[in-house]
Amino acid sequence: MIQSVLDYVSQALHPFHTIWAGGGLFPRRIALGRRLALRLLAGLVVLSLAGTLVGCRPSPSSASAEVPTATQIIENKGSDTLVNLALAWAEAYMALHPEVRISVTGGGSGTGIAAMINGTVDIANASRAMKPEEIADAQGNGINPVEFVVARDAIAVVVHVSNPVDRLTLQQISDIYTGRIANWSQVGGEDRPIVLLSRESNSGTYVYFLENVIRLGDQDSDLFFSPDTLLMPSSEGISAEVRQNPNAIGYDGLGYVTADQKVLAVAQAAGGPYVLPSAETVNTGSYPISRPLYMYTAGEPTGSIEAYLGWIMGEGQTLVEQLGFVPLQ
Amino acid sequence: MTKVDISAKPSSRWSEFAIEAFIRVLGFSSIGLVALIFFFLLREGAPIFFETPPGDLFGARWYPTFDLFGTLPLILGSLLVTVTAIVIAVPLGVATAVFIREVAPTWTREVLKPMIEVLAGIPSVVLGFFGMTVVAPLVRTSLGVPTGLTAFTGALILAYMALPTLISVAEDALDAVPKSYRDASLAMGATHWQTIWRVVVPAARSGVVVAVMLGLGRAIGETMAVMMVTGNAARMPLSLDSIFRPVRTMTATIAAEMGEVAQGSTHYHALFGIGILLFLLTFIINLAAASTIFKRRRRGGLR
Repeated sequence: MIQSVLDYVSQALHPFHTIWAGGGLFPRRIALGRRLALRLLAGLVVLSLAGTLVGCRPSPSSASAEVPTATQIIENKGSDTLVNLALAWAEAYMALHPEVRISVTGGGSGTGIAAMINGTVDIANASRAMKPEEIADAQGNGINPVEFVVARDAIAVVVHVSNPVDRLTLQQISDIYTGRIANWSQVGGEDRPIVLLSRESNSGTYVYFLENVIRLGDQDSDLFFSPDTLLMPSSEGISAEVRQNPNAIGYDGLGYVTADQKVLAVAQAAGGPYVLPSAETVNTGSYPISRPLYMYTAGEPTGSIEAYLGWIMGEGQTLVEQLGFVPLQ
Repeated sequence: MTKVDISAKPSSRWSEFAIEAFIRVLGFSSIGLVALIFFFLLREGAPIFFETPPGDLFGARWYPTFDLFGTLPLILGSLLVTVTAIVIAVPLGVATAVFIREVAPTWTREVLKPMIEVLAGIPSVVLGFFGMTVVAPLVRTSLGVPTGLTAFTGALILAYMALPTLISVAEDALDAVPKSYRDASLAMGATHWQTIWRVVVPAARSGVVVAVMLGLGRAIGETMAVMMVTGNAARMPLSLDSIFRPVRTMTATIAAEMGEVAQGSTHYHALFGIGILLFLLTFIINLAAASTIFKRRRRGGLR
């Protein structure tokens, strides 16, 4: 019996397998002690079994059994850009509607859309529109995806307040960030070196900026951030440097930009209108570095999902600005 | 056994054995844990050495989002910052230790020693924030460099962080020099200064080397402060002015990127691969420090 108990322990404590089962830590000469050790082990097993039993009680399966029909579960998965906002929405909504449970996971826009096509999630979050082939896939599965724009994301380009430069074209920003333009005098500023600031490479903003500004949306482009780009671990890192360094240029989500930085007006092309980012220019689409954020459902949403999406597009918009995005108007 | 109650003899033997076994398990577990950590590192990091050709792995471009895993700029960045920090910290640290042990009057020593130990307790994120908001602008304006977030700024902060360790260990080494050495030197007519510089410090040399090694170990593994002040640009620090340009260190790379990386991906393995390199580096440094200590013991020591 004791042997089987020992086997149980060694399986339960797999990483420590050798320590427990080998018995090498107990001196061989004291047989009595060895027996005691076995008893200790047996005691531990009883304790751990008891722990497992106790631990089982509040588990989700039995909890849902207590409230069998009232709880509705909404599975929500996708874009990492959206994940914090989706979490904030889910938490606020669950506080208002305790009968609804919303689980939010990231993984990327593609992952979320694929899960929605396969029917494993109710709502897919995406920071880009669905591609035609994804829509074809979904229709092949008998699913008609429905698109909702839930918020907008705009990226502001910022410089030091004393910097005389107040507008740039996308091409100029691209040249600055690839290192082709290295002095402010080349874009109408003072004779100062340009210090490039970026978010860390794991940030969704980094990838968006690289693909849409540095590479100007060209899929085949192999342009990169210049190796001299300073990667700041936080938004605060960027604003701290922009605030005190007249050489610096940085970018960040519009909601993270503080008043003590100068926001540049950006033009799509030379000669085009230079537009400052604001809730209005982002919503009309005239500010070039912005994108809508989407949620997709499989077919027209019904019941709790419909109510949730309705809440997001209404009251839920108050949370959008706190997380650095632009609310819908 | 000091106190044995005859009636409870078997149980007291048992309890003694249990306590002994417990302490033994605790003792072995620290070794076991280090071994487990190493195996974990190896298991998670080793695949990168097969997934990426060595030429790419030690290449010059670190763009992990686009599968370019050149670790060379990170290794050189770590070395540049650490070596500069040691160059700054060693003269300061040794001089402070000499002052505290040999020059300062007793009451000054009583005040300085605990103050220096308090320095060691300042959280690195606080020093990093201080570096980012105070030291970096100072470095930029006084040296006229494009940005204050440079390898040099990182080295300054690191030197400051390595100083408490360096000073206390070096001070202990000076303390271990027998009084007879000083007496003999002074009796030969040497001045106080000559005694310190030509007799006491050379006699404590191996202890001072250990202090430097420990400070080095502290500096190379430091993450938070370095991440906040070095700018984290993965450029090759090859030109002469590199020390006044941003760099990216190995530790900062792991800390900044580990949070968002997909488990089991090449990038994930690459970060653990950097962890292995870092582990080996600190291991070599500690080994060097330990062998210096052992050498001193074998020679009969100074005590």
